[in-house]
This record gives sequence, structure tokens and C-alpha cells, in this order.
Amino acid sequence: MTKSELIETLATRIDVPKKRAEDVVNAVFDSMKDALLENERIEIRGFGSFSIREYRAKQGRNPRTGETVQVDEKKSVHFKAGKELRERVDS
Amino acid sequence: MTMTKAGIVNSVYERVGVTKKEASDYVEAVFETMKETLEDGDSIKVSGFGKFEVRQKGERVGRNPRTGVEIMIPERKVLRFKVSQVLKDDLNN
Repeated sequence: MTKSELIETLATRIDVPKKRAEDVVNAVFDSMKDALLENERIEIRGFGSFSIREYRAKQGRNPRTGETVQVDEKKSVHFKAGKELRERVDS
Repeated sequence: MTMTKAGIVNSVYERVGVTKKEASDYVEAVFETMKETLEDGDSIKVSGFGKFEVRQKGERVGRNPRTGVEIMIPERKVLRFKVSQVLKDDLNN
């Protein structure tokens, strides 16, 4: 499912024009992105939580050539599925 | 600070111009649609945000780290999230 398919499914489900569903889906993900960019955690009951993980700089190695490379410190997003979703996915 | 569903509902209310009740119902419907999709084993790709993917894990032998007792972990399905490269770049400037 892509974002546009999510928008179409949502429009049918809540019975609104596609434009409105699109605005809703964009507002949901934009507000989540804004929170993460502010280093905020996101917690959605039954769905899961998103948090920022910071990784220290390290000496890495190119697995193909064996060459040593410097890997800069970086941030990434970690997602942990909530209990309800975890169970529904595995049922 | 933690953003919860209430915070997302508030953003939808402010950004889309619907009532609080509508914003709440719509946000609920977004997450319920996503849960149903993942429950069916389908993945969801939201450009600029990330991708949710259901992965089939095979049966394997695990060990209780405290007691060292080996147990069989049955095959199962797990959810994986991969953050979009665009969002990752934005996080790291």
C-alpha cells in the first residue's frame, strides 16, 4: 500500500472527498515528522512508538575491500510495534 | 516531550480545518486502516516518512539468557519499519 492508496481507502472509510482525505493523511505524517525532527518521541496506543536513536561515530570497514572508513555519528528513527499491532500481524 | 494520538489529532484539527470530533475520528481511521493492511501481510510505504513491512521469520532455537535453557522459537511474523532516506537526511541535516 502506498500513501495514495491509503488516501483512497481512507476517503471511502470516512466518506469524504479524496482531497480532504489527502489533507488528513498529510497532516498526520507531517506532524509526526515535525515531532521527530524536534527529537520528540511519538507514542500511539495500539499501533506503536517512534523514537530517535543516536549512534556514535565509529571506525567502519568496507566489507568488500576491507578498507577502514570513518563513519560519522548519526541519528535514525526506531519503531517499536505496540502490543495490539504486534499480535494482529502475527495472527 | 512525547507526542501522542491527541497531539496528532490536534495537528489535523489545526491544519485541515475540521472539527475536533472529525479530526479524532479521521486519525483513528488512518491508524485502523494501516493496522488492517499490515494484518493482511501487506506493507505500507509512505514517501518521505518510511516503510512498514511484515516479515516472516523462520523457526529457530533460542536460549533463555538467564538459565541457558534452549527453547524452540516457532515461526512468526514481525513488523519492521525502515525510515525514509529523506527523513533520515533531514534528521542529520
